Amino acid sequence: MKVIKIDKNTWAGGIDSLRSGYRLFGPVMQGDAHDYKELTSDETPDLAYTNTRLSPKSVVFPQSEPMFTYSLDESDPEHHLLKDAPKDYSPRAVIGMRPCDAKALALVRMNFDTEEYRDPFWMNSYEATTFVGLACDNPCETCFCTSAGCGPYHEEGLDVLLSDCGDAYVAKALTEKGETFLAAAGWAAEGDASVFEPKKAEAEAKITCKVDSSNLRDKSSLALYDAPFWKELSFACINCGTCTYTCPTCWCFDIQDENKGNEGVRMRNWDSCMTSLFTLHGSGHNPRDQKHQRFRQRFMHKLKYFVDKYDKGLMCVGCGRCVQQCPANIDIRSICNKMNGYEAAS
Amino acid sequence: MESYIGKIREISERLLNDGTVECVVGFRKGTVALTNEPCMITNANDAEALVWDENCRLNLANYITGRKEKIAIIAKGCDSRNIVNHIIENKISREQLVIIGVPCKGMVDKNNPEQLQANCATCTHRNPVIYDELCADLVEEQKDVDRYEDVRKVEAMDTQEKWAFFEDLLSGCTRCYACKNACPLCYCPTCFVDESQPQWVGKGTDPIDIRTYHFLRAYHCSGRCTDCGACEAACPQNIKMRNFTKKLEKDCFDLYGWEAGLTVDQRPPLDSFKLDDPEKFIM
Amino acid sequence: MQNPYKAYPVRIDDIQVATADKTLRTFKFVFLNPEDEEKFAYKVGQFAELSIPGQGEIPIGIASSPSEKGFVMFTVFRTGKVTAHLHNMKVGDIMGIRGPLGNWYPIEDLEGKNIVIIGAGFAFTTLRSTIKYLLEPENRKRFGRLDVIYGARNPGMILYKDELVEWEKRDDINLNLTVDGTDDPDWKYHTGFVPTITETQAPQGDDDTYAILCGPPMMLKFTKPVLDKLGYKADHIIMSLENRMKCGIGMCGRCNIGKELVCKDGPVFTLDKLNEMPEEDQ
Repeated sequence: MKVIKIDKNTWAGGIDSLRSGYRLFGPVMQGDAHDYKELTSDETPDLAYTNTRLSPKSVVFPQSEPMFTYSLDESDPEHHLLKDAPKDYSPRAVIGMRPCDAKALALVRMNFDTEEYRDPFWMNSYEATTFVGLACDNPCETCFCTSAGCGPYHEEGLDVLLSDCGDAYVAKALTEKGETFLAAAGWAAEGDASVFEPKKAEAEAKITCKVDSSNLRDKSSLALYDAPFWKELSFACINCGTCTYTCPTCWCFDIQDENKGNEGVRMRNWDSCMTSLFTLHGSGHNPRDQKHQRFRQRFMHKLKYFVDKYDKGLMCVGCGRCVQQCPANIDIRSICNKMNGYEAAS
Repeated sequence: MESYIGKIREISERLLNDGTVECVVGFRKGTVALTNEPCMITNANDAEALVWDENCRLNLANYITGRKEKIAIIAKGCDSRNIVNHIIENKISREQLVIIGVPCKGMVDKNNPEQLQANCATCTHRNPVIYDELCADLVEEQKDVDRYEDVRKVEAMDTQEKWAFFEDLLSGCTRCYACKNACPLCYCPTCFVDESQPQWVGKGTDPIDIRTYHFLRAYHCSGRCTDCGACEAACPQNIKMRNFTKKLEKDCFDLYGWEAGLTVDQRPPLDSFKLDDPEKFIM
Repeated sequence: MQNPYKAYPVRIDDIQVATADKTLRTFKFVFLNPEDEEKFAYKVGQFAELSIPGQGEIPIGIASSPSEKGFVMFTVFRTGKVTAHLHNMKVGDIMGIRGPLGNWYPIEDLEGKNIVIIGAGFAFTTLRSTIKYLLEPENRKRFGRLDVIYGARNPGMILYKDELVEWEKRDDINLNLTVDGTDDPDWKYHTGFVPTITETQAPQGDDDTYAILCGPPMMLKFTKPVLDKLGYKADHIIMSLENRMKCGIGMCGRCNIGKELVCKDGPVFTLDKLNEMPEEDQ
């Protein structure tokens, strides 16, 4: 696969060339933080950021997404029949996403693309997207990607990996989609592949935060579930949805019908296992009506059930967003270490 | 506020040792800069873990709602007013509590630690209004602060400007409900946003639903909100939703002469009726 | 692959009030497109999402047997927004069905074996599907002894009563109906809770005898020790679980118990499998 050198003075021009073939998404300063949005015709991705507040999962998996439309008007011959909502799956590219976020989407794919069922909404978006990553040369203090099967130069889930080398980016094409992207931008100068290894080592050395999850696979799920520390660990948690919404590996959703007069939309919205409504049965029974049960579910899912189910490591890429944003300072790093070190009393 | 920590730990250890309380609700040192984690200790030996500094932004009254034990709670001015609210609203009984009062000099803004958090800058009730022990001498209350300068600025806008202002204010909201869940007032078993028969509010990101949520929540807090700022401190998107609650606080003050949570002997105005209550809006 | 969120359009063909207190109704649906009936081919124990555009979806066990052609039948308890709306619908109304979803009672693995079916309340729906299927002439001879124990609060709450009364008379099925209590002088069958009746009426457990259990948590809690006493091993006890569901296809994440998704890895689990899963009610 090609390695291309992109002189920074050709960057804006290349982005402009891409606009005709791709809808472009990238990080842009919005208010006081960077977040991903669809770039208008005069916007370029702002790559001067550590990481965005919300992850780019919304490019593939919007917070609210129409699935079907329907008419409730009985005089309409097709009343009460679900119609596909109009969608735009024309090619798009996310430019400047961090390797942790890209790996996250590769993990989430396992949920939406199974042997028996394929979620057309998520998969069509995912497959229409070219993921252009920006390697992290300056990870922050809450990043622990190297403990989570990922890293500042990790390539999983990316089509192109960019490394910022001062007055140029060196771009490694990782897939055919990536090569097509680079060609469409008109960037063709040959780049030096050897810059990646030393820069990767340098970036990884900067990550000071280490989390140990090596024992989780062999621990008994039931023993962890029945561990005595959940009530104490969950005391501060306020059961909001901050961690789940900001997390790139969280994918739980809700389906709601919203009507206006005689028409309506069946929508898919992000949902959070932290809310009490999540598992509330129609009968009124709720298997997780207490805070510590929902809290336990989140961490068991991310750090144990997922590990057991797919054998691909944690459902966490160490991006650190939940750690930074949790209003009550619930820290997945300490919880992971606690679970990892737990020995059930015999 | 370092001297506070010594006293807080000493009082907590004593209360647990002599069995006056079963637990102490306070803060422990956070794992991330500018944050502390609310915690509950049940063992006198753990009193060492308690801390107090300018990052104790969350309202601890939120953590005692509906609890049945005897609890010691570390309460700054605004927290103590929410405890008063809880007592009036039967969410906890006075007899269950030993309130360790903290005369507060203000929390720092989590995004700009050089300055005080917005609500702290204009706070006029820094001293706890109800307490059993104090961990320091009472501080002087701020005088000559204009609590409603921001509100009046918005009141002075014309309709177009107001619309644009609020549209922009709420544009980043993701309906995570951190504000609602951090608020000690929001304890309804089923919040109005979660009702389905009938469904009052949609669950998506339609701006109409986002606005409905914020407006209605502010109304449910009116006459009860103590401006503790936990909502804004909790919000991961830095939305300034106190714009709504401050306006209603000002209205309560202007219409009913009311400030929330100052005494257990008076019920809030929206929960009681006096013959001289203003009636201009219905008659 | 077909969009798994899209429902097959159906028409309500028949509605029967299923219990004396009117909280349950039995619906028969007919597919608007005849070819959808084949696509919907299901097995006993599976469920479907009943999809009402404008209201929402509900996961309901299929009460008809795969051997009954031309319609699909469900018995629905009125408990929330969507079920309340469904209860107010009329014959001829259009809605949707998504499915069949979930796994199924492993009947085909039990050829030659004895089957004991134990159910209570309105969890009996998929069990009716199973019994009906087993009693079909081409199926009955493939299996051993068939016992059924089914209980409800009172005679008015027994589902499919007319059918059960007829089956009770057959000699290729040992059908025990029971109610918790009644002062109806015409009640000819047992009186007592399902676990109690199970203790006296169910056959001994052995390698060739399997129990299929479906009911509310309380009934399951007290029936399991009875079966244990009778000698049923955990891998010979087959249960069907419920949970809050939305997508029904294992993607929205809400119905998990441990790493199993009740909508996809279940709802049918053997007891030994369940014993490896966390008890979510603690």
